[in-house]
Amino acid sequence: MVEFALPKNSKITGGKTWPKPAGATETREFRVYRWNPDDGKNPSVDTYYVDTNDCGPMVLDGLIWIKNHIDPSLTFRRSCREGVCGSCAMNIDGQNTLACTRSMHDVKDGAVKINPLPHQPVVKDLVPDLTNFYAQYASVEPWLKTTSPTPQKEWKQSHEDREKLDGLYECILCACCSTSCPSYWWNSDRYLGPAALLQANRWVSDSRDEATGERLDNLEDPFRLYRCHTIMNCAKACPKGLNPAEAIAELKLKMVERQI
Amino acid sequence: MALSIIHRATGIALYFGTLLLVWWLVAAASGPAAYAHVQAFAGSIIGRLIVFGYTWALMHHMLSGIRHFIWDLGYGFKANEREALTWGALIGGIALTVLIWIVAYANGGGR
Repeated sequence: MVEFALPKNSKITGGKTWPKPAGATETREFRVYRWNPDDGKNPSVDTYYVDTNDCGPMVLDGLIWIKNHIDPSLTFRRSCREGVCGSCAMNIDGQNTLACTRSMHDVKDGAVKINPLPHQPVVKDLVPDLTNFYAQYASVEPWLKTTSPTPQKEWKQSHEDREKLDGLYECILCACCSTSCPSYWWNSDRYLGPAALLQANRWVSDSRDEATGERLDNLEDPFRLYRCHTIMNCAKACPKGLNPAEAIAELKLKMVERQI
Repeated sequence: MALSIIHRATGIALYFGTLLLVWWLVAAASGPAAYAHVQAFAGSIIGRLIVFGYTWALMHHMLSGIRHFIWDLGYGFKANEREALTWGALIGGIALTVLIWIVAYANGGGR
């Protein structure tokens, strides 16, 4: 359902300002969302000062610096630190993106404001619970489905057919797009969201796949696909430069085309 | 996202605008006295402001609707195309509204 205000237990109250690192000549202010499931308190925003001469340029470098030098209790996901794994997706300065590929110097003057991905349950601090998101990905059955006998060697695909997967296969499932979408915020129980739909289109577009009709049947639903109202936040958010909105439009077109 | 919100808001405004249009037509059908009453309201400052707003809502919603139509056909998804369509709908809606009112006043609609 549409929610314009945060529930009572999600309202942000207060927060601690940690002292500036001793001896640092240049610092950058970080304001980071904190919530601990164990202390029964509301979320807060803590202020940290990162020594930029002792730290890499990316927002993730800043977070790791804070965790190493100021506050080891700060919790966030990270792994590859180069925009491949999608673990460190978070809301930085009002935009969903990857902390590892967003430079803290690209964030405009003032503090670097960091929040978890919007409208997802929070596990702790910057870690969202993406269980529903992954279940929706699983629901599009993201694997090759065939009925014809398996060939002796590989399933062949022409270069032209392979090119149809460009702009789709690069998705790293970081959830930046889905959690930027108002339709997804309000109907994520029934609407699949841009990431899962882009993946659905990736398999519908695959020349080797033989379950296209079945896949489209699965999306023929007022909510699963058609809650997309072309708001375009997904295309703006994607840190890999993909275009989920376009992928969804292609799905909608394929829905119509098969009826002609 | 802002334009998506405006598209919806103008859509809702058009419901009320259409009610006003119905009021005008029903009054025209029911007789000179009722019609004069509606005309007096529509001619007042508040009435003109409402009709001006209705004109903009209609023009903006129409252009924004064409924008969505283009997207539904699978075109205009690149970042620069999205921006162009978005600004086109916003500026075009205001420009058309002003143009319609200039033409209306030029033809003596302000009397």
